[in-house]
Amino acid sequence: MSRIFIKGNVAISRGALDAGCRCYFGYPITPQNDIPEFMSKAMPEAGGEFVQAESEVAAANMLLGAGACGIRAMTSSSSPGMSLKQEAISYMAGSELPGVIVNMNRGGPGLGDIGPSQGDYFQSVKGGGHGDYRTLVLAPGTVQEAYDLTFLAFELAFAYRNPVLILGDAIIGQMQEPITPKEPVAVDAFEGGSWRLEGARDREPRILKSLYLTDGALAGHNLRLQEKYARARKECRYEEFMTDDAELIIVAYGSIGRIVKSTIRKLRKEGLKAGLVRPITLYPFPSEILKSLAGKGRKFLTIEHNMGQMVEDVRLSICGLAESGFYAQLPGNLPTPNDFEQPIIDALTER
Amino acid sequence: MEEILAYRSPSLLADIPSHYCPGCHHGTVHKLVAQCLEELGLGNDTICVGSIGCSVFIYNYILLDTVEAPHGRAPAVATGVKRSRPDKFVFTYQGDGDLASIGLAEIMHAANRGEKISVVFVNNTVYGMTGGQMAPTTMIGQKTTTCPGGRCADREGLPMKMAEIIAGLGGVSYSARVAVNNIKNFKKAKKALKKAFEIQISGKGFGFVEFLASCPTNWKMTSIAANERLEKEMIPFFPLGVFKDTQGES
Ligand SMILES: Cc1ncc(C[n+]2csc(CCOP(=O)(O)OP(=O)(O)O)c2C)c(N)n1
Ligand code: SF4
Repeated sequence: MSRIFIKGNVAISRGALDAGCRCYFGYPITPQNDIPEFMSKAMPEAGGEFVQAESEVAAANMLLGAGACGIRAMTSSSSPGMSLKQEAISYMAGSELPGVIVNMNRGGPGLGDIGPSQGDYFQSVKGGGHGDYRTLVLAPGTVQEAYDLTFLAFELAFAYRNPVLILGDAIIGQMQEPITPKEPVAVDAFEGGSWRLEGARDREPRILKSLYLTDGALAGHNLRLQEKYARARKECRYEEFMTDDAELIIVAYGSIGRIVKSTIRKLRKEGLKAGLVRPITLYPFPSEILKSLAGKGRKFLTIEHNMGQMVEDVRLSICGLAESGFYAQLPGNLPTPNDFEQPIIDALTER
Repeated sequence: MEEILAYRSPSLLADIPSHYCPGCHHGTVHKLVAQCLEELGLGNDTICVGSIGCSVFIYNYILLDTVEAPHGRAPAVATGVKRSRPDKFVFTYQGDGDLASIGLAEIMHAANRGEKISVVFVNNTVYGMTGGQMAPTTMIGQKTTTCPGGRCADREGLPMKMAEIIAGLGGVSYSARVAVNNIKNFKKAKKALKKAFEIQISGKGFGFVEFLASCPTNWKMTSIAANERLEKEMIPFFPLGVFKDTQGES
């Protein structure tokens, strides 16, 4: 495949299209409008459906309906819209329905701003809506990854019958880079054939639901869901950069992970031994690698574009085995590699 | 002695005891839905979108592939289903709290887009499942647990006439209001429902049928008194009839 030069939002849209997405439901919100705009043309051309929904609530419920039919479908939004989608995502997790949801995270709380932020980490990885459930969460750090992870999201959504979230931000969405697309998937027409709804011809009717009222039924259902999430641990992905001899491990994801990588390159030239673990799946979280590095006596510094969210998972992972600091890139301020030099130097030299 | 078949239950209807209260019209409407689907030969190709309310267990009674929609969102879920499988017959079944209150945006927009789905709307003037609170359809003066002094137009506004409101939207092919409180009305109701279903089959557009229904439990009445109230109080305010039929015959 020849390389193409596109921005992150378009890479996500292309990734979805090439992964066989045939229904897209969305509602306008900055900074993700390129996605519905791309899909409004691409879906009909591919023989699929584009619906500009009346709200994010409706868009997420349309996704639920498409998922119930075993169709590869997607919705996208940004932070305030994500809050509105949570009820449907909880129902999808409870009813075990596949679907891909994109959040191009912007600053909050409330209306916040339209700039990049990682303020939706908690909402993304801890369930987001009501009840005990998880979505798988993929966090691209480059435009190529935005494409690849969207592709992967559809595979995971169907493999686990679970909603999968792509968590980007305004930096990933607007950044232009060359990428190599994949060969488009020819989706198996019988995908989901053992559970999807299509009319009960010559078989018992199927019911896709999250309501379990009889004695012990909900308890059993929750146990099954937890077993599924445990199985999904094997999907854990992360990037390790210069950790072998590092005295300080920086943990950062998405666009911030990528910017921190530049900072580390620079500091290495000055002889400072910093390394990076960049979680690519935020759920499942790459706890094992962090724990093993902590066991080797490394110090940790988590850098996020929020007031401190993923750092809680880092600290849970390393179980008090190592020092673990945090640096907040304030939401509302645009990060540059220079911003992270001093915090890294401080963490390295601190006694 | 020769046996004469006096009544045959539709085969799409499960032969199990119902959880509905005695005299509740949900069971009657279920039966009508099952009959119409069966007579139109749709059972094998239907996807039902259930809602949240007393009818949440619809899948236990009408034996169809069914997906549970969050409260009020059935028309959006049905949009996703129908856009995914335009070859299937898709209907929602919703109460008045579900459709006319929390789900008002979804029903209005699905109707206005002219989604090729059918909507079975059961208006019993209260939130049945949660214990009889006021609904957007509660009658003026009607006492409920959240308007104990009776609904007051000044304070709570007037009951919403959904069949008329829906009929006013461009994408709608058929909108009617019916009742199942006596045999005569039941027969008319069946005709209307069948019409709404046929409109979807012919690919014409959105069909909406509002059923005036009783909730004897929350109305605190016997089944017979509830049927009488429906006739004397509800029908004069919520007139029965067809409000839109783009296929003619209105
Ligand atoms: C988001 C949300 N809000 C509230 C509820 C609680 N609830 C369940 S059923 C219902 C009302 C049902 O009333 P209606 O739609 O009129 O149906 P009926 O029970 O009368 O048939 C409500 C408010 C819920 N399940 N979800
Ligand atoms: S509470 Fe009302 S609507 Fe619910 S089952 Fe009983 S009679 Fe029917």
